[in-house]
Amino acid sequence: MDKILRIDMGAEGGPKITESPVGAYAGLGGRALTSSVVASEVDPLCHPLSAANKLVIAPGLLSGSIAAMSGRISVGCKSPLTGGIKEANSGGQPAQVLARLNYAAIVLEGKPKEDTLYKVFINKDGAKIAEDKSLNMLSNYQVVEKMKGEYGNKIACISIGQAGEMRLSAASIAFTDMELRPSRHAGRGGVGAVMGSKGVKVIVIDDSGCSTRQPKDPEKFKAANIKFIEGLRSHPVTGQALPAYGTNVLTNIVNEAGAYPTYNFKQGRFQGAAKISGETYAELETKRGGLATHGCHSGCVIRCSGIFNDKDGHFLSKQPEYETVWAHGGNCGIDDPDKIALLDFLDDDIGLDTIEMGVTIGVAMDGGLIQFGDVDGAINLIKEVGKGTPLGRIIGSGAAVTGKVLGVEKVPVVKGQALPAYDPRAVQGIGVTYATSPMGADHTAGYAIATNILKVGGYVDPLKPEGQVELSRNLQIATAAVDSTGMCIFIAFAIMDQPETFQALLDMLNAFYGLELTAEGVAELGKKVLKTERDFNMHAGFSQIHDRLPGFFKTESLSPHNVTFQVKDEELDTAFNW
Amino acid sequence: MRVTVKLFATLRDGRFTEGEREYPAGTTIGDIIRTLEMDENEAALIFVNGRHADIGYEILDGDTLAIFPPIGGG
Repeated sequence: MDKILRIDMGAEGGPKITESPVGAYAGLGGRALTSSVVASEVDPLCHPLSAANKLVIAPGLLSGSIAAMSGRISVGCKSPLTGGIKEANSGGQPAQVLARLNYAAIVLEGKPKEDTLYKVFINKDGAKIAEDKSLNMLSNYQVVEKMKGEYGNKIACISIGQAGEMRLSAASIAFTDMELRPSRHAGRGGVGAVMGSKGVKVIVIDDSGCSTRQPKDPEKFKAANIKFIEGLRSHPVTGQALPAYGTNVLTNIVNEAGAYPTYNFKQGRFQGAAKISGETYAELETKRGGLATHGCHSGCVIRCSGIFNDKDGHFLSKQPEYETVWAHGGNCGIDDPDKIALLDFLDDDIGLDTIEMGVTIGVAMDGGLIQFGDVDGAINLIKEVGKGTPLGRIIGSGAAVTGKVLGVEKVPVVKGQALPAYDPRAVQGIGVTYATSPMGADHTAGYAIATNILKVGGYVDPLKPEGQVELSRNLQIATAAVDSTGMCIFIAFAIMDQPETFQALLDMLNAFYGLELTAEGVAELGKKVLKTERDFNMHAGFSQIHDRLPGFFKTESLSPHNVTFQVKDEELDTAFNW
Repeated sequence: MRVTVKLFATLRDGRFTEGEREYPAGTTIGDIIRTLEMDENEAALIFVNGRHADIGYEILDGDTLAIFPPIGGG
């Protein structure tokens, strides 16, 4: 991974491709790389859809090697949803393929002068770009099918659906899984809109003729990887619960804890939760000939995904994630697992962030556009986005815009980005992360649920404000570092509980790059990434007043525990004091 | 005392999902876990009325007890 591929979409005479050594970005991967490029090369005051913004796609430090779990890919830009820096990451095959092709990053810059649409093809001989009008307004599944017809089955694809082409703020970028389904997404922050603004519909990558990336010390690396895998397999979360039930195993426990946002964050428990729980989905998947356990990229040993078939045994969607099931489920008063899987498929196909869409529909329900529980109405709203009707474009612009259009007071967003599936009143640690993360409300940025609810990495009472800032701070630092390695964040469950598994990860990084990285060094990397991102946001106009939850979380109590968010503003302002 | 007991994920295998059960006064969560032939490591996450509880907690009439194995996601 010693070169960067840049495509200037606005060059005279058509897009211009250049390849350059990584240079100043050497030693960085994933989020550390995307955030560094965006912070160094993008004007924080630029319009996110302008030629001045850049879209950076970067595999992690260990992607493309034999390291287990190393298939995460980061996408960075200035976000059209938040107006701040964005790193959205995804599973799927492209991280491994791009890394084997020796690219540390793809950077799309500039903007075509005319409203044209391009496809990019990258293989061992380099990159080519061609205009292709036939791709106009195809969905993700359609465009990947077309690419399979043109380039065969040994490819991986990075694509946008109709939402990205329309440059809507909730548009995602799709990454194909091992079976070439565009079902893994860099979902958050409207990264798909930025790809759409660059006029790139799909990037097809083929690593035929390339080999696995070789570590500096192969023996040590191999031994560390074996230990790492053993650690993941022996931990009950990564070895048993996640493979058996997927992330949606959380529905029941978050609901039980009274932290399951229901009816647009009005109550903390949903009566229909059991019907849409991970246990129910796993049972249906097995019964209908789908798969309850499935990996999203080669090298994944946790395999938290699955394949969800309809009643007739036909593929309906990949196993919807917990946040997706919540967003379209309890948050909207919907308890039909088949219809939620259909909503998941539509989001993936049109290219939309499932969290943003579910929260947006919840806000639309609160605004009286449709009723809570109206599942067919919800399906119709997502279809409207795909069609690009005026209403669809409003919905596809996310919860903040939709809330304004409908005159809704309760709009659960921070920095314009929708809150995910854990109510910050009943899990106060995640509230700190939502409020302070440079990404806007993002559970993955500092997953306090682990310690507040799941008792991983210790325990901090979720209902009290004490200890939450420190918890969120440490998790945000660790996450920024893990997001730079290409490792799936779910390794955190094992490395937080098992020092030897964390050491195995360090040993892998050190053996691969010939480093002597310690735990302190990893923390320093995480801090550096966060500082870079916060500096960008400050120059983009953000200050402490943006590090706040919407007011109703402080004034309206949540049942069943009747709690409000109690972490004080001045405490939130210490989240990055280290 | 009548107590609602809810089991989740792998803890349901060979047991039950939810049921109302009678226990004598002074019964602890640890006693219930032993009655259900569960290893204490398996019963990793225990909630009483939606709040985390320890195995030493003595249940009260009308409590809802929810027991989960170690789980995670996100």
